[in-house]
Amino acid sequence: MREDDDPKKPSQESSGVSRREFLKIGGITVAVPLVAGPRVVEAAGEPVKVYGPGKVPVELTVNGKKHALQLEPRVTLLDALRDHLDITGAKRVCDRGECGACTVLMDNKAVYACAVLAIEAQGKQITTVESLMEGETLHPVQQAFVDNDASQCGFCTPGFVVATKAFLDRHPNPTPDEIRRGLSGNFCRCGTYHGIQQAIAQVARKGA
Amino acid sequence: MKAFEYATPETKEQAVSLLGASWGQAEILAGGTDLLALMKDDVVAPKRLVNIKEIKDLKGVTSSAEGFRIGALTTLGDLADNANVLKEYPALADALNEAASPQIRNLATLAGNLCQRPRCWYFRNGLGLLPKSEGGKDLVAEGENRYHAILGNDGPAKFVSPSTIVPALIAYGAKLRLVGPRGKREVPLEKFYAIPATETEREHDLRPNEIVTEVIIPPAHGVMAAHYEIRQKATFDWPLAVAAVALTMNGSRVESARVVMGYVAPVPWISPEAEQALVGQPINAETAQKAADAALGNAKPLSQNAYKVQLARVAVKRAILKAGGAA
Repeated sequence: MREDDDPKKPSQESSGVSRREFLKIGGITVAVPLVAGPRVVEAAGEPVKVYGPGKVPVELTVNGKKHALQLEPRVTLLDALRDHLDITGAKRVCDRGECGACTVLMDNKAVYACAVLAIEAQGKQITTVESLMEGETLHPVQQAFVDNDASQCGFCTPGFVVATKAFLDRHPNPTPDEIRRGLSGNFCRCGTYHGIQQAIAQVARKGA
Repeated sequence: MKAFEYATPETKEQAVSLLGASWGQAEILAGGTDLLALMKDDVVAPKRLVNIKEIKDLKGVTSSAEGFRIGALTTLGDLADNANVLKEYPALADALNEAASPQIRNLATLAGNLCQRPRCWYFRNGLGLLPKSEGGKDLVAEGENRYHAILGNDGPAKFVSPSTIVPALIAYGAKLRLVGPRGKREVPLEKFYAIPATETEREHDLRPNEIVTEVIIPPAHGVMAAHYEIRQKATFDWPLAVAAVALTMNGSRVESARVVMGYVAPVPWISPEAEQALVGQPINAETAQKAADAALGNAKPLSQNAYKVQLARVAVKRAILKAGGAA
C-alpha cells in the first residue's frame, strides 16, 4: 500500500493535504468553471438556451441506463460512448458515416453513431451491441455470425450485428437481394460477406 | 471539428433569428449526415449550430388538393415507407430507396438532402467550389475530373449537383417553401439551384438565415414517372449519372414530358431537347434513344469523363422506357 493510500497514517505533506486529496480538490476546482450552464439569448422575442462551446451537461440513455456527462457540443455520440462511457462495442473506423462500424440503434433505428452529436441524442434510447447478450448467452444474430464464420478480423462485426438486428426486426423473411441492400451500410474489408449473408439467412429461417 | 455553440429552438421564427445573416456564422443541424462530415474535415466551421429537429411545424406529411406536403424534417427512410409515395410517386420512392444506406436514410432529412453540399473532392478537401491553383489554374479542368460535370461546365463550376432525389422531385414539379427574416417564400425546386460564378456564392438559393420548411409535390394522377441511376457499386455509392422522367400521355403518345438529369452538371439538368423529342411520340426503344441523344447533344466532357456522356444517355433512355412501362 502506498503511503498516501493509508487513511490511518497522517499526511506527510506540509500543507496537511494528502496527494490524493489534492488531486481531488484540483480536479473539482478545474472542472467547475469548465462546465457552464446554458446562456440564454433572445430569439424572436423568446428566450432560447445556447449551450457551449465549452463543456455542458449531457444526459444519455444507453442500453436502458442513464449517464450524466459533461461534454462539448462537438462530441459525437460515438466518441461519447467510447471515450466517456467506456462502451466500446461501436467502433470508430471512417468517422464519416461511410463504413458502418459504429452502427447503434437510436429509438430502435440503426444509425451511425459518428453522424450524431451526443448532445442531440439526449432523450433517445441508445442501444449498442453490448446489450444484445443475455448473461453468457449470445443473441441469435451473434450466434449465427459465429456459426457461419461471418467474421475474420472482427472489427466490423459489432456494427454488422447491430445493423442485422435492426434489419431483421423490419424484414423477418428477407430475400437474398433484400439482405444485400439492407446491409449495404456496413463494410467488411476482410470480405466475409458470404458468411454474413448465410448468418442472416440462418436467423431468418429460425425466426429469431 | 472546431468547437461551436448549440441551440435547439422550438419555433421557425426562433431558428431564423438564431442563424447568421452571412455564411460562416451558423449552420442548420437537421439529420447532420452531411454537415458533421463537412465540419470534421474543416470545410465549414460554424460558430453556432441551430438544431431544428424540435420544431413541430417542420415535421409530418399531409395530402390535400394542392398535393403532397412533406415536412422538411421527414427522413428519407420514413418518406420511402410512406404509402402515398409508394402509390402516387413511384419514381420518388425508387430514388429514396437507392439513396445512401439504411443508417443514413434513418437520419437524413429531405430538406437536408436538397441542401447538401457537392461531393466534389476538391471542395471536400477545403479547396472551394471553384478550385483554383495559386497560379489561377482551374484545378478540376486540369486535374482529376472523372466524376465532374459534362453539361453546364463552361464557367468555373465543374462539380455535379449532389442530390439523387432532386431530379425525380423536379420531374414531378415539386416546390419548396422557405422561411427567413422577411417571412415566407415559395420557389419551384428547379429554380432553387444555380451555378455559382464566384466562390462566395453557394450552389443553391438558400440564404444564410433561411430554413426550408416543406416540399410540395403536385398530385400525379395520370403521370407516368421513373428514376434510373447508374453507379459503380450496386448500393451505397454516389452515382455516375441519374435520370428522372415524368410523362403524361394522350392515348399511346406523349403529351408532355419532363426529363431531368443528375450528376451531370452543377445543377439538376433539365433537358428541353429531350422533352421536345418525346412530345407526340409513342414510347419505344427508338424514340427513347432519340430523346436520350438529344439530352446529351450539348455535352462537353472534361479530360477524364467522356464515359459519363454515354452513361447519362443510357440513364435517360432507360428512365424513359421505365416511365412508359416499356422496361
